[in-house]
Amino acid sequence: MRYTLLLHYPEMDAAELGEEALAEGRQAFQSYAAALQQANVLISAEVLQPSSSTTTLTTADGALRVQDGPFADTKDQLGGTFVIDVADLDAAIGWAGQAPSVEWGAVEIRPGATYTVDGAWTPNT
Amino acid sequence: MTSPEARAAAEHAARVSYGHLVALLAASTGDLALAEDALSAAFEQALVSWSAGGVPAKPEAWLLTVARNRQRDAWKSAASRTSLPLTDAGRQGSPAMPALDEIDVDAIGDKRLELLFTCAHPAIDAAIRTPLMLQAVLGFDAARIAAAFAVPPAAMAQRLVRAKKRIKAARIPFTVPGRDAMPERLPPVLEAIYGCYALSFADGPEVPGGSGVEDLAGEALYLAATLAALLRTEPEAWGLAALITLSQSRAPARGGPFVPLEAQDTDRWDARLIAEGESHLRRAAAAGAAGRFQLEAAIQAVHCDRARTGRTDWPALRTLYTALVATAPSLGARVALAAVTGRTDSPAAGLAQLDALGAGEGPTAASAVEHFQPFLATRADLLARDGRRAEAAAAFAEAAAATAQPAVRRYLLQRAAGTA
Repeated sequence: MRYTLLLHYPEMDAAELGEEALAEGRQAFQSYAAALQQANVLISAEVLQPSSSTTTLTTADGALRVQDGPFADTKDQLGGTFVIDVADLDAAIGWAGQAPSVEWGAVEIRPGATYTVDGAWTPNT
Repeated sequence: MTSPEARAAAEHAARVSYGHLVALLAASTGDLALAEDALSAAFEQALVSWSAGGVPAKPEAWLLTVARNRQRDAWKSAASRTSLPLTDAGRQGSPAMPALDEIDVDAIGDKRLELLFTCAHPAIDAAIRTPLMLQAVLGFDAARIAAAFAVPPAAMAQRLVRAKKRIKAARIPFTVPGRDAMPERLPPVLEAIYGCYALSFADGPEVPGGSGVEDLAGEALYLAATLAALLRTEPEAWGLAALITLSQSRAPARGGPFVPLEAQDTDRWDARLIAEGESHLRRAAAAGAAGRFQLEAAIQAVHCDRARTGRTDWPALRTLYTALVATAPSLGARVALAAVTGRTDSPAAGLAQLDALGAGEGPTAASAVEHFQPFLATRADLLARDGRRAEAAAAFAEAAAATAQPAVRRYLLQRAAGTA
């Protein structure tokens, strides 16, 4: 069963964090990914650039509109995703609880419905 | 025609094995709703088949086999209805069916425990955990659960369906958590069972076809005792079993006009349940890890002990309530501690504790406590004990107005009249 871990947390820039905290964070994500890989449950992982770099498209009023900024302008932003393949929700909760960002934000566990293999949709079971 | 033998055998199987069979059926597929539907179809078929051909030697195995066939039929028809790759035909496909003789339901081990942990999983809304247990483990229908919770049947049915969909979609497992996860996972199970017991004291409307409220107390007792026995050495599980058993020992003294605990005739208490509850409590205490439910059970045991000694040991109650407030600081426990202090020290000392509660912040702010019935009733009682008759009369009237149960309201109004 595939689950996507959605890491939400308040964004802080490098200046606010300081070089030491940044290095610690990088190290924590490094270890986390290594542990997931070691357990043979990691499908993919991505840490995103801050929402100041994001672009959102909408078709409000029928016309396609491009705007700068995130879809929802909230204090916490989506900062990264991990797709894992584990037996059940308890296993997913176990891994989500080890995500480094759980200390400063929320980790959402969303079960997948279907995913592509070589371009073909495959049910998530 | 349904034969009396067939009906009796089916009722016995439902009483003893319902939750076990649902758990067995649901565990392989994660689909609780399908498991319940398949089992209820199997029970229907049993009444017909058993009436015609006699009750089989292993009724549970018969029911399990028929229900599994139903489950498989449901998967097949779902698969044939849609060829989209989104169909999920069960988590492990349809399991190979062993021959009926090879199924030994008892040998599989009791699966109700798994089901209890699924129903009270942290990923399930806390408000629906008790209803889900009543349905999945005990086989209550949605209408009966809705009546007990005083919500419209359609709304309850919808919430139950949603919870079951969630179990299936997010794949909440049917397993007993490991020892390391137990401290986090056991409390919601205990809370949900306790919630079932608390319902029996709520002033719910009469349920058609039986007094659902008294039944709920019995079912909560059954669930708590089952959980404790299956987990074997969890002190708080035994604590909850002790708490409910001891509280239930006084059930015969309930009903009719309300009589406060300390004025009840102890001859009407159930000595067998008191002995059983005390035995549960000793089992809980053996582990040397006190907790909220053990403390509450110990408080009940002190009250029950009046049947033996003829007096209430107020200093012991004060010690236990002080520990309870430190362990699980609820408003109810704080109010009870004030009431007990009113006995061990003086009514004025108890009143001072109550007033301090009302002056607090958050859950103990004046706005929260002044609608809390136990706070109002305790305050009135302490005022009366302190000889402040006029204030007491007004306070009893105020407490009566905040009381939902008619018998308790009548009692408080009588005291209001008696102290005026």
